[in-house]
Amino acid sequence: MTESEVVDRFPTVVGLGGEHVVFVPRDAYADTIGGLRDSGFEMCVDVCAVDYLGHPGRDLPDGVVGERFEVVVNLLSLSQKRRVRIRVQVPEMDASVDSLFDLYPGTEAMEREAFDLMGVVFDGHPDLSRILMPEEWEGHPLRKDYGAGRVPVQFKEAPGPR
Amino acid sequence: MTIDARDSSDVRRIERPDLLTAETSEGTQEMRRRADTSKEELGRETGAVVRLPEGTFLDPAQVDVERTDDETMILNMGPQHPSTHGVLRLMLELDGEFVLRVKPIIGYLHTGMEKTAEELTYVQGATNVTRMDYLSPLINELGFSLAVERLLGVVVPDRAQWIRMLMSELNRISSHLVWMATNGMDVGSSSMMIYGLREREMILAFFEKTTGLRMNCNYIRPGGVAADLPDGWEDDVTVICDTIEARTFEYDELLTGQPIFHLRMDGVGGLTAEEALALGLTGPLLRSTGVPWDLRRAMPYLKYDEVDFDVIVGTYGDNFDRYAIRLNEIRESVRIIRQVAERMPRGDYRTQDAKVTPPPRGRIDASMEALIHHFKLFTEGFRVPAGEVYSAVESPRGELGTYLVSDGSAKPFRLHVRGPSFVNLQAVSLLMRGGMMSDTITIVSTIDPVMGEVDR
Repeated sequence: MTESEVVDRFPTVVGLGGEHVVFVPRDAYADTIGGLRDSGFEMCVDVCAVDYLGHPGRDLPDGVVGERFEVVVNLLSLSQKRRVRIRVQVPEMDASVDSLFDLYPGTEAMEREAFDLMGVVFDGHPDLSRILMPEEWEGHPLRKDYGAGRVPVQFKEAPGPR
Repeated sequence: MTIDARDSSDVRRIERPDLLTAETSEGTQEMRRRADTSKEELGRETGAVVRLPEGTFLDPAQVDVERTDDETMILNMGPQHPSTHGVLRLMLELDGEFVLRVKPIIGYLHTGMEKTAEELTYVQGATNVTRMDYLSPLINELGFSLAVERLLGVVVPDRAQWIRMLMSELNRISSHLVWMATNGMDVGSSSMMIYGLREREMILAFFEKTTGLRMNCNYIRPGGVAADLPDGWEDDVTVICDTIEARTFEYDELLTGQPIFHLRMDGVGGLTAEEALALGLTGPLLRSTGVPWDLRRAMPYLKYDEVDFDVIVGTYGDNFDRYAIRLNEIRESVRIIRQVAERMPRGDYRTQDAKVTPPPRGRIDASMEALIHHFKLFTEGFRVPAGEVYSAVESPRGELGTYLVSDGSAKPFRLHVRGPSFVNLQAVSLLMRGGMMSDTITIVSTIDPVMGEVDR
């Protein structure tokens, strides 16, 4: 699937950098990106997740139903000097998408980061463990319903106030 | 009469996913024993790049799993090891001196900067991002500012763009000099450590003169730069360029031709272009494999399409190529700075758009409106139209991407920074394939991770 086929098939807008922003449904996500990879997008630059809880009036093209989470993938074609951005809607109740690990091995750390900080599960990832937070951490800090600065810093055997 | 809420069909209960604790039992971050590790994960830790039908890559099925655990030893290197450039922790599985598996463990410097960014206004945002990659703070600010300006639709004056270019090239030199210094230290040349930091001090002194701070300058801001260049900056820049260019030839004498240095660097940590692309590596790592990809040339921002410079590429993708690329990039940056100093236009150093730029200090004493405007800008900040944008700049380590989502308020709804070192660090197990313990030091060094950016 080349870029123009993808653009024809799915709702697309043109981003501020002049790149195509394609809204791909979740079940077609990995296949579409696989097609783009084969048609010249050699590098997956970035994978990140966004929590749209409490975003008023978010701008989506017709035919796209906004869900709470969104996984955003930035692909880069070195030969064509082009970028393309894929945005996938991920519902809160089943926050999971396919892993891109088999297509781009370099997404391994990025998906782990998105899982760690946003709680989106990537099916098929070889080692989906926390990457930045400690492994016994509870919750996913970048979610909008996770308060900032709520957890006190604890020092082991800190001396009491003198 | 009591009503049991559970039976009542009138009570609507919010369906909530069973999260928080359930998902956290996903397993340890540490390297596990061979018997407990899945084949895919084992393949990754031994440096197999999974996928790749070409057959040039090690298939995870071919990974040697027959070896029993009692023949090998798992050793922790870091997070306090001096040659891990910060708080990187590597878990190594060793067979004698040979490294079988590597797993980098990060997060020791995680301070939640992306979450912090959601609490800060766009005016304050540059202060936050500048602390991510602490060796190239100005380039972080540039990436953030370009993203915000693209959402705002603000046009930055020419002089501001050229000043930004001057500062980011100086920053690239200082970052590469720190790399030369620490890399020299890692291979046992402590003279290089001293020389690299000595030259960098000249650039930091210039930063202090211009921005008021040596590091974390908060100089490049949405709308332009914080202040004009100081009087006599041309002389300072000329001295910096002349000195550093001459000194690079001294580094050549000290390291480039030195046989011991060659033994540590040549052919160690080899990488091919396919592997680099598959892993998403950018910057000197990608260029060392012969791919001429530099965002300053390929997708120019600022005025990089108007200056003359070369993109340095390597051939073998080994440690020595990465060293040579960084050394020569210092020379190319000097070349760019000379052109910038020659062609610096006159004009404003920040946009005159009153929505973004505070009124000049002199007007505040004279005009009530200016005072109110100044106060509002620094307490509430300016509003940015709703939308999302991804913008990328070439940092000394590779592609520094900023993904910004705005909901129309004065604070970012979501700021994601694609740190080049974070992605580049994944290459460590691939580069270590079949390597020895002492190669770990030089390989981590030539990847050049800055842990502030890896962990954010």
